Parts: sequence; C-alpha cells; structure tokens
Amino acid sequence: MALRGNLRDFTITQLLNLINLARKTGTLIVEGPNETAEIAFREGKLAYAKIGQEENGLAMILHRSKQLSANQYEVVLQRAESMTDKELGLTLINAGYISQEDILANLQQYFTDIIRRLFTWVEGFFRFENDILPQEDRINIRLDLENLIIEGSRQLRELEQLQDEIPTLEMALKFTERPGANLQSVNLSVEEWRVVSFIDPKNTMKQIANAAKLNELEIRRIVFGLLQAGLVELVRAEGAPAPKPVRMFPTEDREEQKTLVNRLIGRIRSM
Amino acid sequence: MQTVKMVVTGPFSAGKTELIRSVSEIDVVSTERKLTDKAERTVKEATTVAMDFGRITVDEDLVLYLFGTPGQKRFDFMWEILSEGMLGFIVVVDSTRPETFREARSILETFRAYAPTPYVVAANKQDLEDAWEVEDVRNALRLDPKIKILPCVASDRDTVKTILLELLYSILEEMESGG
Repeated sequence: MALRGNLRDFTITQLLNLINLARKTGTLIVEGPNETAEIAFREGKLAYAKIGQEENGLAMILHRSKQLSANQYEVVLQRAESMTDKELGLTLINAGYISQEDILANLQQYFTDIIRRLFTWVEGFFRFENDILPQEDRINIRLDLENLIIEGSRQLRELEQLQDEIPTLEMALKFTERPGANLQSVNLSVEEWRVVSFIDPKNTMKQIANAAKLNELEIRRIVFGLLQAGLVELVRAEGAPAPKPVRMFPTEDREEQKTLVNRLIGRIRSM
Repeated sequence: MQTVKMVVTGPFSAGKTELIRSVSEIDVVSTERKLTDKAERTVKEATTVAMDFGRITVDEDLVLYLFGTPGQKRFDFMWEILSEGMLGFIVVVDSTRPETFREARSILETFRAYAPTPYVVAANKQDLEDAWEVEDVRNALRLDPKIKILPCVASDRDTVKTILLELLYSILEEMESGG
C-alpha cells in the first residue's frame, strides 16, 4: 500500500525519519513546484539522489567540486563518453587522479546538498516506491540519515507545530535503545550538546530548558530534532507526581479485577 | 451493577464514532452537530462535539461503556473528563490522511499524561487504496515497538473486536506484571 502524501502535511525531515526507522529500501519521489527529485535509499541509508534535469554524472559532480579542472573535465567527457560512472571512477582511481574516499565524499556532498534543497520545499507531493532502485551503473553511497534529520529539524521554527509535536514540557527524556542509533556520529550544536548532557528520566524538559538557559521554542526545537533522529524518547519524569488515583475497576481486589477483564474478553470474543 | 469504561480517541474524522457503532449493542448516543467550518465539511458533514457513548453488556452485573472523544482540538477540554477512570484507550488514526498523524501523536501524548493506562492504536481505513501500511503509520507516530498498532476498518465488527481484545490483553498483561 501507498506511502504517499503532501509536503504541507509531512515534511522531508519526517519522511527521512520514517525511512530511517523502518530501514526502507526504495526511492522517494518528490514532485516540487518546478522540478522532481528522486532520492534512493538502501536499508534506511541514503544511497543516491538526483533532481530535475540536472546533469549528475560523476564527471560533472567532480568538476563542480573542483576535483576536475575544466580541461580535465573536457578530456574525460571526450574519452569516457561511453563509460558508466563506476567505470569512470575506477579509471580515475587507477590513473591516480583521485582516491575512492574522495569520490565517495564528493558524491555524498552532492546528494546531501540535494536533500538540503528539498528542506526548503513546502509544497509538493511525495511517494515512496519500494520497487525503484538506483541504476546499477551509478555509484551508490551508504550514509546514515541522523545528521540530515537533525539538520532538517533545526529549520522547523513554528512554535505551533512544535507544540503539536511536544505538547508538554513536563515530560522527561531518555536515550533510545534502538540498535544503530549512535550519538557519537551525529553533529550536534553547542546548545544541542548542552541539552543532551542533561538527558535523564529524572529531568523534565522544563528543567533542562532552565538549566541550559533556553526558551520554550528553543528547547522544543532541539528535542524535536533528537526525537526525529530517533536518539531520544519521551518518558514520564521519575519522581513526578503520579496522576491522581482514579478508580478504574469497581473492585479493589486484584484477582477480582483480573476476573472482570477475563469476563470482558469472553464477552467480546462471543460477539 | 458494575461498570467499566474505555475511551476511543483520535483526530477529527478518524472513524471513532463508526468504531463504537460497530460493536455497541445500543444505538450510539452521539452528540454530532453539523459542521460550520467549510474546510472540515469537505471531510465530513457532522462531527462529535461532546462525546459518543456505546455499551456492551457482559452479563447481568457488568457493563462496558465505550466513550468516543470529540476529535477537534477546540473540544479538548472534554478529554480529561472522559479519561477519568478508564481501563485503557484506543487511538484511532485515519491511515489515508498523513496530515492528521501529527495531531494523533499529540492526542496520544496528552492521554498518556492524563492516565498511564494501556492503549492500542487502530490504523483505520486499511481497506482504502491510499492507506499507509500499518508499520509506516507506527513509525510516523513514533510508537514504541511494545505498543500494539492494529489494522482496522471501523465499520467491520471483526476488526473492531480484535482491537478491543488486544487492548484487554494489554490490560491483563500489565496487571500480571504488577503494573
């Protein structure tokens, strides 16, 4: 079934979060006001990206990032016209022009720049196609999405939207136990690190904001980014006053309560 | 006569009234009013403004009441009152309207803050072509893997029964683990 919708309702950051958490493989197609972007993922990691009709061959990417001079670029175009990106990459490495690491770093920069452009899109439709994978002849990367998610979350500025995401600051935070989530590999700002240093189920977000001298908007924005990146989760603060006790069952006896639930189960099964 | 209650909550037009209607043995006592907002009217004609009320009689001295909350945020003052003393709650989400997921998450957090009772999420309208997959809805709602999210077609009594049963199993599990 479809993973599709409108960017007004579901931002690129939220989509990246979803792809990351579900470790999805496939291509996210985003139809913006003027052009269409295609971002491919393998097991929740960024693999490849292209936007509109922009020339995105390896030679052009290396030329744009000044790894190939104008002359070298012309030569490559003439001599390697029929080569795939993978073949061209191998040729350049073997010729000593560039290292494999540099090729991957340049591709990573180009693909992440495309995603940064998408962060500015507020109108458009998206769909995720499980069956569409990047072309075999293109060089794929494997980039964790957490940094991009944090970066995209920093751009969310509307207090109203953040209040919907985090309705109360009386909750606390704890680090997730999700495999693969690694705080060390995420680039955090000074303010973000300050918040991270106070993360403990004993501290409410309000207390963290006070300690880190952040206002409500700032703490919400930082927490939203950490939540989106799957690094933390909201929990009830330890030591917080428990909600006032209310009678859920007509009896105080534990065994009678269980019997009552079993009677409910029996009744619903028989309906 | 002993009574217990469960709450059915979720965003506007998620299918809460329909879900209660599918299993209630009485005609749902509904407080629906015609919508005045033009944008909301494009989704449905009438909405619940105070609560829906359904009933399942277990035997001669036990009754389960199902309370449906109003989905629109301007009626959220009703939520805390309705949540008092509930055994658990069901969050109904329209799987075809990702624009409501953010609100669903907010409602879920609010109810969790009112009462730390067990809850399940019903990914409704799974019979429609443009419904998001249940696991995608889970991720969009940032649900803990331990929380049950179940496929749902609110008009289909069997899927609603499964949702009620799963909530009851969660309640039982929590009681048995000393929660």
